[in-house]
Amino acid sequence: MQALGALGASTLELLAYSPPGWGATLLRGLWNSVQIATGAFALGCLIGIAGAYGKLYGSPWVKDLMAIYTTVVRAVPELVLILILYFAVTDAVNQLVLAMGGSRIEINGVAAGIAVLGIVQGAYATEVLRGAILAVPSGQIEAARAMGMPPLRLAQRITLPLMLSFAIPGLANLWLVATKDTALLAVVGFAELTQVSRQAASTTKAFFTFYAAAGVLYLILSIVSTIGFARLEKWSRRGQRRMGG
Amino acid sequence: MLQALLIPRRMVMLAIALGLLSLCFIYGRWDWLGEARYQNMMLKGIWNTVSLLVLTMALGMALAIPLGLAQAVGPWYLARPAQAFCGLIRGTPLLLQLFLLYYGIGSLFPGIPGIRESIFWPILRDAWYFAVLGLSLSVAAYEGEVMRGAFKGVPHGQLEAATAMGMPPFTMFRRIWLPQALQRVLPTLGGETVLQMKATPLVAMITVTDIYAVSSRVRAETLIVYEPLLMLALVYMAITGIIVLMFRWFENRVPTRTA
Repeated sequence: MQALGALGASTLELLAYSPPGWGATLLRGLWNSVQIATGAFALGCLIGIAGAYGKLYGSPWVKDLMAIYTTVVRAVPELVLILILYFAVTDAVNQLVLAMGGSRIEINGVAAGIAVLGIVQGAYATEVLRGAILAVPSGQIEAARAMGMPPLRLAQRITLPLMLSFAIPGLANLWLVATKDTALLAVVGFAELTQVSRQAASTTKAFFTFYAAAGVLYLILSIVSTIGFARLEKWSRRGQRRMGG
Repeated sequence: MLQALLIPRRMVMLAIALGLLSLCFIYGRWDWLGEARYQNMMLKGIWNTVSLLVLTMALGMALAIPLGLAQAVGPWYLARPAQAFCGLIRGTPLLLQLFLLYYGIGSLFPGIPGIRESIFWPILRDAWYFAVLGLSLSVAAYEGEVMRGAFKGVPHGQLEAATAMGMPPFTMFRRIWLPQALQRVLPTLGGETVLQMKATPLVAMITVTDIYAVSSRVRAETLIVYEPLLMLALVYMAITGIIVLMFRWFENRVPTRTA
């Protein structure tokens, strides 16, 4: 019993907010993860909207290119894509800077993470949003066209608001995938939650404590976002008739 | 299939793709592919990846069926824990779960007296078994959700008919409920298998030598950055293609009646 008490006390000490405890470090890691996930999700949604419109209304060339993009990204493991894109993106930026007469620069880790995960998310978002746009009753879009609405305003006023309620379940899934995929950036050495807890664990040798603590943090994040997305879905369905109602 | 490729625009695309590939091949460094040592390592890596995929899908599905059943029709004391398990696994990254299993729980084992002398020690020390456990639990949680929907989706009349015929509950489950539920998940299962395949390279992080670990080793030894990664992407795309084709064949074999 005494040993158990000592274990509890030392665990609290390890997770304390102020150093020598690692609490602050873990929370900073979580903040980095949330930042990267938010950025990647936003970038993914933008690519997704463009991709979905390209797949639905684009020229045959655009359609084929989008098909190649979504197929390849969805067939290769995220871990491999992150490595390839990470090296390719940092290399390309450096080549560009060198060509413009600058010197090699260190790429901001968060920016590279957002870019890489955003490209991956974009492929999945394309498919989600394409399905959602197809689910919008075609009469609505035709009516807007008949009224002479220009395409951009049509998208902004009719298609995008109406497709939101169909897209949100899929987008919620994507957001959860984004938060979990940030863990993969540990392989390229970002100080996100998994990497930080790995450092804490190997420094203190308290492997179980830190991985369990990181798991709890991820779990809280996913529970909070599930609740948030449920609310968002309810909001996006305002004014719609309830199914089977 | 072939006709879809013979459109002029696609032929231009194909030519560009082939051109890029041959540029990669001419200007890239591929000499390491010729070495027998690396060839053996790659074959072993691919074998490890594929066997990990098949094994964990089978174990995971075996776990997912009771999990789905418990959530769909079980009493609360079975349904609640099953939901909690699925939420726990689906809410945390697989990489972290693997770290927690292998380094976290693995680091607690040596504290148990006499464990080093027991017959289980070689298993408890081997990352392979932790990888199988972690990936199987992950499949079980994701597929448990899918199976929950599938069990609920079987038309009630089918089960009532079976009960009316005096079928005992287990026979009804085996002959009516499970086959129809499995038939419903078959299209989903193909996609989930691809997702599972894409999760396998994470086991390299806990020292299992799958094809990803082999390419990392090639990169570390030869200091080549891109070529082993491109090879890796190609291998995974090939495996994805095989999975998709296999499930398509399988789906065609299962008779379905479309109204």
